[in-house]
This record gives sequence, structure tokens and C-alpha cells, in this order.
Amino acid sequence: MSLNGSGGWANGVPSIEARELVKRFGTFVANDHVSLQAYAGKVLAVVGENGAGKSTLMNMLSGLLQPDDGEIRLNGRPVRFKSPRDGIEAGIGMVHQHFMLIPPLTVAENVVLGHEPSKGFFDRPAAERKVAELSEAFGLKLDPRHRVQSLSVGLQQRVEILKILYWGSEILIFDEPTAVLTPQETRELFVVLRGLSQQGKTIIFITHKLKEVMEISDHITVLRAGKVVGQLETASTSAQEIASKMIGRDVLPEVHKEPPSFGELALVVRALSIQSDLETMAVRNIDLEIRAGEILGIAGVEGNGQSELVDTLIGLRPASSGTVELRGKSLLVGSSGLKTAPARIREAGVACVPEDRRERGLVLQYTVADNLILGMQDDALFSQAGVLNRGKIRAWAQTLVKQFDVRPRRSDVPVGTLSGGNQQKVVLAREFSENPDLLIAAQPTRGLDIGAAQFVHERLVEKRDTGTAILLVSAELDEIFALSDRIAVIYEGQIMGVFPASSVNEEEVGLLMTGGSTHAAEQSIDLSAPALTQGT
Amino acid sequence: MSAFSDSGLWTTLANASLYQSTLREATPLSLAAVGAVISERSGVVNIAMEGMMLTGAFFAVFADVHLHNAALGLVAAMAAGGIMAGIHGYSAVWLRANQIVSGMAINLLALGLTSYLAFSVYGTNGPPVPCVPPVPCSGNQVRTIPDWSIPGLNGIPGIGKVFFQQNPIFYLMLVLVILIQIFLFRTTLGLRVRAAGEHPRAADTAGIHVLRLRFLSVLPSGILSGLAGGYLALAISGTFSDNMTSGRGFIALAAMIFGKWNPFGAFGACLLFGFGQALYDNLQNTTGPLQDYSTLVATLPYVLTIVALAGFIGKAVPPAADGIPYDPASNA
Repeated sequence: MSLNGSGGWANGVPSIEARELVKRFGTFVANDHVSLQAYAGKVLAVVGENGAGKSTLMNMLSGLLQPDDGEIRLNGRPVRFKSPRDGIEAGIGMVHQHFMLIPPLTVAENVVLGHEPSKGFFDRPAAERKVAELSEAFGLKLDPRHRVQSLSVGLQQRVEILKILYWGSEILIFDEPTAVLTPQETRELFVVLRGLSQQGKTIIFITHKLKEVMEISDHITVLRAGKVVGQLETASTSAQEIASKMIGRDVLPEVHKEPPSFGELALVVRALSIQSDLETMAVRNIDLEIRAGEILGIAGVEGNGQSELVDTLIGLRPASSGTVELRGKSLLVGSSGLKTAPARIREAGVACVPEDRRERGLVLQYTVADNLILGMQDDALFSQAGVLNRGKIRAWAQTLVKQFDVRPRRSDVPVGTLSGGNQQKVVLAREFSENPDLLIAAQPTRGLDIGAAQFVHERLVEKRDTGTAILLVSAELDEIFALSDRIAVIYEGQIMGVFPASSVNEEEVGLLMTGGSTHAAEQSIDLSAPALTQGT
Repeated sequence: MSAFSDSGLWTTLANASLYQSTLREATPLSLAAVGAVISERSGVVNIAMEGMMLTGAFFAVFADVHLHNAALGLVAAMAAGGIMAGIHGYSAVWLRANQIVSGMAINLLALGLTSYLAFSVYGTNGPPVPCVPPVPCSGNQVRTIPDWSIPGLNGIPGIGKVFFQQNPIFYLMLVLVILIQIFLFRTTLGLRVRAAGEHPRAADTAGIHVLRLRFLSVLPSGILSGLAGGYLALAISGTFSDNMTSGRGFIALAAMIFGKWNPFGAFGACLLFGFGQALYDNLQNTTGPLQDYSTLVATLPYVLTIVALAGFIGKAVPPAADGIPYDPASNA
């Protein structure tokens, strides 16, 4: 690999260069002869799907991991990092996807950690002064004395950025920095990044959001399955081209979807109210109906009662009042509050792809096979008299792994070692295999790359077509519109309206989601009310 | 209560010697507990104080008798505790062993090893006995560490005897508690120790050598536990006997948790537990019904602890990465 491959303006020596880097974890090759170049004053975007090896590559560049083969060069000179200390010394700073911050410590303590100003004792005033100066200089407003645990995610990221600036880093690596940010925070971050770039810093920006790539980067390195599959200049490429390189085929912008064939009523929710943890009303007196073979999308900004609603439907949270029926059978019975045990609800035919797959969907330390039978372990198929039948479980798991394209195609590895997209495939495989009457999918593509998201979408539509009622909860309007047959908008625990998907547009729904102007809301309800009646 | 009014409880509670022995009992507990605070703050769970203390006690007596010097006995105690901590640190930090299992192994090893050594060294003649100063000490007697009486202050009514007639190790312990509090919360190294215990990868990415730091943090825990054992052997009993620490290491562990992984907090808890032990000892020496209940009365501080931990002082939250081995090469 030579320098010449990277394009016209990049005639200078790259400030950092990877040459043929190889990294293996056991038999898995995370990086397979990966090369890239980044230049001072430019923003390099490194794009690729989850599991393409982006983070591994960056961890090697920053010294956290050591390559098995290949070479890293700084300004043309080969370097070898044995630990992050060496990377920091060499001027490389990384803002990690999962922040490297210590929540109980203050902003100042986090920033100076490892390089503390000291007069024998920790010189706190000096640390706070320096951090205040830095945050002033780079437009990252922060109070050095606040504890990190009390900060919003956006502000925590500022602390991370301040930290690497405090180190005097010239090469700044951002590992999926926008994954956790609101659109507003993302815009602010981009302003900061442009400023840093203009000051001559080298910026490496990892993402799988193509819109951001086009907006912020100067050049692009595309990774797929641990290999570099493209080095592009942003000015002369398109999101389409990047996407096709990323997933190895052209993007299918829309999920192919036949018109729904509605069956009988599956889920009927009447006058349901649910309390939040703070004992305020999270869900207020809502009515919902879903028919077999239909996807009902609940659109809403997060925190408007969706999570509580899902919890109640799967038996994790009692309702305050109201009724929930699945195929005519009540799901809300019980002596202590309106709640049924989750196991009973599963038996009744409800499956759920939970919002937080790592927390609720999977036991990360368990193997893929064990995760695939969670909740079904007492099924005669998998155990006899409480003794697991390993052979049958393995065979079952292998089938599902193949069917759901889980990679690596193995059922005996801990599920936590899989990429996010493949973890979600495992959850999907398990929940689908129960053949539920009602499938709840909460934020089913959160954090997934295009390929995995599309896979999930296709499977959900397939499931709908086999006659399952699907309740989709998503904060992403694109997703709501791509999948839903009908859309219910939730705002502050109330359903603002239910519309056939074809009768509303994103703007109208967006307005309702944010509590919108009542006039517009009324109008859109008026417009769609007749269609709704016809639809149901 | 009135039935007990003349039973010796009030006399016992009003007697300065109860509080003097409270501090006496609290001394070894505090040494072990504040040492463990450093280890656990760095992310290494240490349940091996009992074993480290016991090892310290044996080697204190052994060195003291052979070298005819109590100070060298204490040095040997600290070294022995430090070595045990080194074993725990090596397996827990570098080999990433389960820290509970490693700690338990240290405890069992110490119990067996010291019994064996004590029998093979002193088996035939019996354990060495303390040397009582006016009589010249013979070769195989233990040079004990006598209490200090601070002239002028020890005469203050009430508190004089409690605070100014104590063992030098008691005063050393007080200084150490303060120093460790300052170390953890006012020095750069202390900041790094806490970072390593909360989020080792964050510390690692900030350029801190987490494994080395953790290993080094386990050592003071062993050294101070060893010193606690030396105190028991040379200042309290003047001899070594099998399992003579009788659970003090575990009480120190409980005190450390009760004190929320904070040196001052741990010290406070040790005072409470020391009071329980002192109360028991003092009631044993009374006559009347309370003597029969002395064991029960002495459990009071522990009962209070359970009640307190169960919700009255809030949850005791350990350092976030306490007990979790750190692997710098993992891709997490």
C-alpha cells in the first residue's frame, strides 16, 4: 500500500498512517491488512457496518490494542505503541464510543487524570483553572467542578473532547460520537470539529451515518468485514456510493411491502393508564387496536410513555387502570395491581424485542445457543425433567443462526462478543421462533448499521405477512413510515391520533410528536379520521 | 431495665477502662480496614485481611523472639502481611483470578501455615511467653510493646486514661487513618487509585498503568493487616496462638464496607465494633445477670450495623469496578 492511493490533494505526508494492520481475536480476524491515511487539517471519515472492524482499528491507532501485524506511522515515521500512554505521548487522543469517564469524579478530575497538575498534592485549583481555560478556548462550555455523573450525555462528550485537548493531542479520533447525541448536540459537535480541523488538527471520525459523512468529512475510508473496500474523496462521491461499498450491494431505500391483509383483532387496549417510576402518570387513558397482519407504529419522542406502555404489555409494570386483551383474553389480571407475570403473557402469545437488547434482550455472557432458548428452556423440545438437551439446543440454534444470518455463523460463542446488529438478530430469532400473536418491537434498529437495520425491517414485514400483529415503537420517523400500516402518535402519555400511514406525512406526525400546534393537529386528525374508520 | 440498674451495666458504661479498651480493640481493626480501603478503591477486593493479620502475628513473635527486638518483630509482621498481599495481588491483578477465591485461599493458607510453623517451632516447649520488664528477659521470651503513658495528660480525669495511656501503635494507627484519607482524596496518586477502581479502562486510556497501580494498592493492605497482627501478638497477648486473630480480619472487612470504602468511615465503624468487643470483655468481669447476657449484649453493635446497612444510612456502594479483573488486551 502506498500513499498515492488516497487522492489528489493529499500529496503531503499523512500525519497518521496505518499500513496493513492485522488484528485477530482468537480465530476471528477483526482487521485484515487494513491501511488508511489521515492528514492535518482534514477530516477523515471511517465508515463501515457494525462489526466491520472500525473500533478495533482505532483502538490500535490509539495504543489500546496492539496489532498482530503491520505498521503505524506518524508523519512518516514508524511507531509502536505498547499502551495508550504511548499513544497519548505521540499526540493521539480518542473520544470513545462508550465514554472513558469516571462518573463520581468531577469534570476537572476526569480531564486531568493521568496528567494531573501537582505540587506534591493534587493541585485542584490549577486543574480547574486549566480546564476552564480550555473549555473557553474551544467553545466547549462546562463547569469544571460538576460531577460527571450529573451531566447529560452531550456534556459528557465535551468532557471527553476536553480531555484529549488537554493532552495536547494533534490527532483526534472520534468513535461514533453522534450515536448518543440529539440532532442539536450533533450540530454543536460539528461546529467544534470544524474549528479543530481549521486549527490544523487531524480528525478521524468514525460513523455509519452517511449524512454525517457527507456533511463533515474531507475524505473517506470504507471498511467491510475487517477490510478496506474503498478510499474516497467526499467531494467526488455520494452517499449511495459509500453505502453500496459499505454493505457490498446497493442500498434498497425502502422495504418492499405488500398492502396489509388485516385479520381479526389481536390486541385491544382500552382506557389504559400507567404510572411511571416517579409516580406521575406515564400513560393516560389510551385506546389502541391492532389486527392480525398489521404493523401499528407508535411514533413519539422518547420518554413520552412508550417504555412504560411496553413494560405493561409484557408484564413488567402494573397498570393503574384499563384493560388489555389479546384475542379476547385479558392480559391484565392479578391480585396485586393490574399485572400478569411475564411468563404468563408469553404463554398467551406475546413476544417482545426490547428497547435495550444488552440489558433486557440477552444474557451477554451466555452463548448464542443459550440465548436462543431463553424462556423456552422448559419446552419439551429442549429439556426433559429439567435437564437440558444440549444436542437438540445446538441443532435448533444452528438452524436459527443460519436463518437469521447471524455472524459469525456459530452458536457456541458468548453473545456479548457479537456486534450489535448480530446481537439483535439473535433476539429477533428467539422472539420470532415463539410464533407470537403479538410481537412488540421497541426501537428495533437502534444502533444498528444500514445492513442490519434493513434486515430487521424485512423480517418484521415478513412476520406481519404471516399474520402476526406487530406493535412497533420507534423514535425514528423514517422507521415508523417505512414499516407501519397505521401510525399512532404518543405525546405525554396520550395518543394524539391514529392514522393510516398513507394519509399522513412526516411533518404532520413530527408536529404531533412534539405536542404541535393544536390547530394543525386537529386538522390532520380531521383529515384522516374517515380513512381510519375505513381501515379498522 | 430497672432490673439491671444495679447489675453492673451502668458502672461498666461509666468506667473509663471500657473506652480505653474500646480504642485498644479498634486499633487492629482500623489498621486492617483502612489498608483494605486502598486495595478496594483500586478495584481489588480483599477479604484476606484475616489471613494477613494472622501471618503477621506469627512472624511478629518469631522475629521478636529470635532477634530479641519488638520493633523488628513489627517489621517482620508487616513484611509477612505484605508478602501475603503480594500473592493475592499477583493472582488477582496479573493472573485475573477471582478475587474472592484468591482471598479465601490466603485465609486458609495463613491458618494452616501459621499453625504448622507454630507447632514445628514451638511445639515441644510451648509457645513463647511475654517478658515482663522488671525481670531480665530470657532468650525465648517475647519482648512486648508496652503502652505509653503520656505524662501530664494521662492524669486528666476521664479522658486521660482513655486517650493518653495507649499503645504507640494506637497513635500510629490514628496518623495512618488521616494520612490514608489525605492520600486517597488529596493526592494525584490517590485520584488515580480511585479511577482504577471505578473505571479501569478509562484510567488506562488516560495513560495510567492500571495493573501496576492495582498491584501496588494491594500491598499496603497486607502491610497494615500484618501490623495489626503484630499489634495483637506483641502489644496485646505477648504470644502467638493458633487462629489468635479470631475473625478480626472479617470484622475489619465489615467495618470497611460499613464505612463506605472511606478511611474515616471505616475508622468510625471500627470504633463501634471495638466498643462491642470491649463491652463484652468488661461485662464478662462483672457479676450478676448481665454476665450471662454479655455475649448477647456484645452483639448489639453488629445488630445495629445490619440494621443500618439495611437502609438507614443509605446503600453502601462499592467502587464500580471493585472485584472485576482488568484485562487491557480485551476488545470491550
